[in-house]
Parts: sequence; structure tokens; C-alpha cells
Amino acid sequence: MSKDQELLESLATSEYEYGFSTNIEMEMAPKGLNEDTIRYISAKKNEPEWLLEWRLKALNRFLEMEMPHWQNFDLPEIDFQDISYYAAPKKKQLNSLDEVDPELLETFEKLGIPLNEQKILSGVAVDVVFDSVSVATTFKEKLAEKGVIFCSFGEAVQNHPDLVKKYLGTVVPVSDNIFAALNSAVFSDGSFAYIPKGVRCPMELSTYFRINAMNSGQFERTLIVADDASYVSYLEGCTAPMRDENQLHAAVVEIIALDDAEVKYSTVQNWYPGDKEGKGGVYNFVTKRGICKGNNSKISWTQVETGSAITWKYPGVILKGDNSSGEFYSVAMTRNHQQADTGTKMIHLGKNTKSRIISKGISAGKSHNSYRGLVSIGPNADNARNFTQCDSLLIGDRCGAHTFPYIEGKNSTAIIEHEATTSKIAEDQIFYLNQRGLDTEKAVALIVNGYAREVLNNLPMEFAVEAQKLLAISLDGSVG
Amino acid sequence: MLNIHNLQTSVEGKEILKGINLQVNAGEIHAIMGPNGSGKSTLASVLAGKESYEVTGGEVLFDGKDLLDMAPEDRAREGLFLAFQYPVEIPGVSNINFLKTAIGEIRAYKGLDPLSSKDFLKLLKDKQELVELKASLVNRSLNEGFSGGEKKRNEILQLAMLEPKLAILDETDSGLDIDALRIVANGVNKLRSENNAFVVITHYQRLLDYIVPDFVHILYDGRIIKSGTKELAFELEEKGYDWVKDELSAQASPSL
Ligand SMILES: Nc1ncnc2c1ncn2[C@@H]1O[C@H](COP(=O)(O)OP(=O)(O)O)[C@@H](O)[C@H]1O
Ligand SMILES: [Mg+2]
Repeated sequence: MSKDQELLESLATSEYEYGFSTNIEMEMAPKGLNEDTIRYISAKKNEPEWLLEWRLKALNRFLEMEMPHWQNFDLPEIDFQDISYYAAPKKKQLNSLDEVDPELLETFEKLGIPLNEQKILSGVAVDVVFDSVSVATTFKEKLAEKGVIFCSFGEAVQNHPDLVKKYLGTVVPVSDNIFAALNSAVFSDGSFAYIPKGVRCPMELSTYFRINAMNSGQFERTLIVADDASYVSYLEGCTAPMRDENQLHAAVVEIIALDDAEVKYSTVQNWYPGDKEGKGGVYNFVTKRGICKGNNSKISWTQVETGSAITWKYPGVILKGDNSSGEFYSVAMTRNHQQADTGTKMIHLGKNTKSRIISKGISAGKSHNSYRGLVSIGPNADNARNFTQCDSLLIGDRCGAHTFPYIEGKNSTAIIEHEATTSKIAEDQIFYLNQRGLDTEKAVALIVNGYAREVLNNLPMEFAVEAQKLLAISLDGSVG
Repeated sequence: MLNIHNLQTSVEGKEILKGINLQVNAGEIHAIMGPNGSGKSTLASVLAGKESYEVTGGEVLFDGKDLLDMAPEDRAREGLFLAFQYPVEIPGVSNINFLKTAIGEIRAYKGLDPLSSKDFLKLLKDKQELVELKASLVNRSLNEGFSGGEKKRNEILQLAMLEPKLAILDETDSGLDIDALRIVANGVNKLRSENNAFVVITHYQRLLDYIVPDFVHILYDGRIIKSGTKELAFELEEKGYDWVKDELSAQASPSL
């Protein structure tokens, strides 16, 4: 068997590590999508009237919209009436970790997320969203001292309704796309962060999402507002149990950066990708967008995508403020039958705005990996600059990599640079590492990590290590 | 330590090694010389386990074990090291991370605990001095953008770090200026011991002024056609490869 073949075998048989499910009593909304569903969710969450109205309007928009057709993969039929739009662990209203269902804690333990004492010492504030409900938020008090608000979306609606009302839907309008409309109608929980003027958030804010319930979708909503001259680094991680049915994840993330503010948003996405025949897995249809609303503001997206049957997302930045800058660093790895169509949108509106796009695709097995990016330069965006680098790494010869760069230039002072490469892991590289004592899987993992270095370096240290391990595990056939 | 018996290999159906016999004992240095295309790199690659070379006959024992039966990484872990004629570049992988991984793998194979970061860095510092490699190079990506000479010295740094039983140096001297050549040779001389052995493949006699071999073999058209001591290298340098060719055909003709 040739090296390549062996490698393909090992990739194909590699299994999902987070595929356990948790046996907890769940409270679930009846399947189906209609006004009653929306009212049920809104009532469960004790929401004010305006939010219910907002949801209902979104539902109407959703019902008018059609599924898109431009994507570079086969979009399976999704029966929106066969999904339960609300699932929550039954015991609720928790004030401390001690009250959390031990089985749930065990799940978190298995996921290796930093909820326990020892890891809390490492300084990560975590908001955990389990299916639809935010279960525990650690570190709230320490953050409160600085005036930082970090809580579940539901709590924010109760305790900070003005902030939520002011910013909700301002970056991703309800009718942005069909999944954003769906999310706006049925979103159940998510995270909210507000960083006050001049505050540098004293720790990484982190949310962990997990889909557990069967036949349920996850539609969380994240809203981050960085007031003038503030800074925050935010990390999101996700997993889901193995299920034969596909699960739908349609989240919306909105970021607002005011004058001189900076937001760094990092995602490590490891949703269940389906088995090696392509059965099951999460559909990850997420709308993420930030707006550099103020002058000199900055928003940076870093994503490491290794999971999901289908990933379809384009974290973007609207560069409205003068001198603002947007960054997008992405590693997307696909194997088996996974499909990823991901990239970014950089919308230059203000003067002297800058954007930088570094995309690293890794495809193995029979997977397809597409980069799709839009760089748009508005008529007033004098001296806008964009640099795009788009690399693809192919492992084996049954996978595909595709690049779709779109450029819309309406201002002749703009400078737009685009570089693209496609490479394969050379047999010589693997042999060289074999000759130094590394087996082929380790060799490939090392090469892949090296290839993704520029992006991984942008993650906060501990998450970079995690992401590195994740890439290695995803490539490793011997890890079950 | 290394016993090659009648080794034959081909690439893409083309026969390249046509029956190599060679015995290398601990403490010895062997030089293999020969014109371009005679099969020197092929021999080195086959010993290291390169997949594209098909072994069509013969056997190789390494410390009594069947070398050809082992995966390339196990040959390395057993103590066989190849300093490549053309070391590859691996972008984004730092030299230091690579070395730490390699040492970790080899130690794990031998049932040893991983080196602590402190011990590793100390070892690295010592060995770096041995090959006079700039500290900045170990922090850079593996061989990426290294000059030819830096790549070769990096091979010797790896050799020094991994402390193999048998090291095969494939034209490590080619492309080196005289100072670099001296550094590489000094490195090898400091590393040689009663317990290890070296096979030095070279095109030129000049390296053998610095690394004095116990035996010299001439490889020609896939066969070792002459073996001797270091004097053979001088003779070869003086008379050129044509001389061996002539001798060879003189030997071969009567039997035709
Ligand atoms: N991968 C290969 N494919 C085809 N022919 C090869 C390959 N590698 C080596 N050869 C051939 O084998 C012969 C020996 O090559 P090599 O071992 O590199 O010689 P040397 O190192 O002595 O210069 C040459 O004729 C060369 O063209
Ligand atoms: Mg050669």
C-alpha cells in the first residue's frame, strides 16, 4: 500500500472523539415551526413584548424566503417542521456550579472545558450553552468589577434590555439570509458581552456550545458590543454527539466595535462531521458579522473548522469607521464526505480601511473545501487596502479545493492584492520525517500544523494548543 | 552492525542496484565513492526505507534484525540515520519543535521518558555549538529558506541530537565551502565512537582529508566494484573514474 493510500485509510477510519451523548431529562418544544412555537419559546424565556414582535416578524420573513442555490455543495432537503426548536435540561435556575446536574458536569469534563476549579485558575470565563439554555457562567463577578457584562443572552434580555434592543439585528438584519431569519425567529439562547468605554477585558471570554438533544436544532445568538477604546478577546468552541440524523446549527453572531475598540473573535468548531460514509453530522449554517462602527476600530475573526457535515459561513467585517481594520484567519479541514464552503466578506465603507484575509484549506478523503470571499470597496472608501492569501492543501486525490474570490471595487484609490496556492503534502516530506522517527500520521499532523501556523498563531495560547491537538486528532486514525 | 547481502533494487522497473555486499562494524567509517548516477543515493534511500524503491533481491541485517522488514520510522528509531543529499523544507514547522518531536518519538520507542524541556534545551545548546549553527536557525521553520550549506549543517545538528548507531551521510560535503566542510567533518569526528558507525557517501576525495575512513568502496553501475583503504580514494582522485571503468571492462571482457 502506498503512503498516500495508507494515509487515506487512516483518515477515513478516524473517529469522532466527542460523540457521546448525555442522559439528562430534557424539556423540549413540540416539533414544528409556526407562531405557536415562537410564542412558546418567548414565553419560556419570559421575554418582553418587543422581542416577541421582533421574532414574529422574522418568522414571516423566513417563510417568504427561499433556500439559496449558489453554494458549491449539494444542499440537502431540510424539513423545518421536523425540528424541535427548544430543548433544555429540566432542572433550571442555577446559581452555582454545585447545582449543575452532575451528568452535565461529567459531559463538560469529557469535553475538557474549563469549568472546574483548577482550570478556572487559568483565567477563562466560560458561558456554557447546552442545547438551548445557558447553563453556567463562571467569573461573572470578577468581570463585573470592571463593568464588563458577560452573560447568557436570555439574562441580557432580562437585565440589560436597552443594550440588547439597541444593537440586536443591527449587524445581521433579520432578512440577511434564510438562516439568519430562522435564527431571529427561534433563537433560544446564546451569549452577550458588553465591554464599557476604555476597559481592556481582563480575561478571555469563552463560550462553549454543545448540541445534545436528538432532533433539535441549535440556534444561538451572540451579541458583543465593545464600547469606545475597549478590548476583548472572545472564544467559541463547539461539539455535538454522534447521531445518524443530521442536526441543524444556525447561529448568528453580531459584533459591534465603536471608536478605537478592538474585538478578537476566535472559533474552534468541532461539530460531529458524520461517519465515514457521510451519514449524520451537523449542518453548520452560521451568520457571523462584525461592524467596525467607530473610527480606528478593529475586528479580527480567527476560525479553526474541523467538524460538521456541511459548514457554510462567512464571518465578515463592515469597515464603516475611518482607519478601521478587519481580519479573517481561517483553517478549514475537511475529510471523509465533509463539505465546507467558507470564507469572509470585507465591506470597505470608510476611508483608509484595511482588511487582511488568510485562508488555509485542508482537504482529505472525498471532501470538498471551498473558499468564498468578497472584498467590496465602497465609493467613499478612499485608500482602502486588502490583502488576501488563499492556500489549499490536498491530502490524497479524491478531494477537492475550490476558490471563489469576488471583488467589487467602486473606488480607484483602492489597492487589492490576492495570492492563491494549491499544494500537496510531498512524499519526500513524509519520508524525511519518517526518517527522523515520526510515523506517517504524526508526520502529516506536523506538516498540517506547520501549514496552518500563521492562523494558529493568532489564537490565544491555550486554544492554539487545543486547535493543534484537534487538527492532529482529526487526522489520526488510531484515536477513537 | 550493518550487513548488506546481495541487495538488488529497481525503480519503476529499472534495475539500479545490482547486488550490493557490504559489512559495517561498530566503530568504523566507510566511504562510498562513485560517479553520478551509480546508485549511491539509491543505496542510502533503500536502507532508510524509501517506498518508491523496490527491493528485488538480497537482505540487510541491522544489529541482527531484518532491516528491510521494518517501517522507515522504526529503522530511524532503531538507530539508523540518513543525512539527506537534498534535505526537504517543511514550512511552518519550527526546527526546534521538529527536533523535540523526533527525540520524543525515538525515546518513546525505546521505552524512555520524554526529555524535560530544560534537558532538551541544554542538549540542543551543546549540539548547536558542535556544529556551529546559529541559534536563529533552530527557531526558523525546518530548512525553509536555508542556504545549501545551512541545510547540510542542519542535517548534522539532527545527527548530533538523535545520536544514531549508524549514520549515512549522502554527499553532505557537496555544496559546502571549505569552512563549512571543516565544521561538518569536525562534528562527525567528535560524534564518532566505538559504538557507532558512519557510511560517508561522497563524490570527492577532499572530504576524506577531514573524515578519515577505515574503508573506501567504489560504487559503479549498481555494484561495488572495488574496496580498499583510504589509499584507494587517493588513487581514484588521481586516475579518475575512467581508470576503474577500464579495469572493470578488462576484468569483464574475458568472461564474455
Ligand atoms: N525516482 C527515480 N526514478 C527513476 N530513476 C531513478 C530514480 N532515482 C534514481 N534513479 C536513477 O537511478 C540511478 C542512480 O541514481 P542515484 O542513486 O541518485 O545515483 P547517485 O546518488 O550515485 O548519483 C540513476 O540512473 C537515476 O537516474
Ligand atoms: Mg546522489
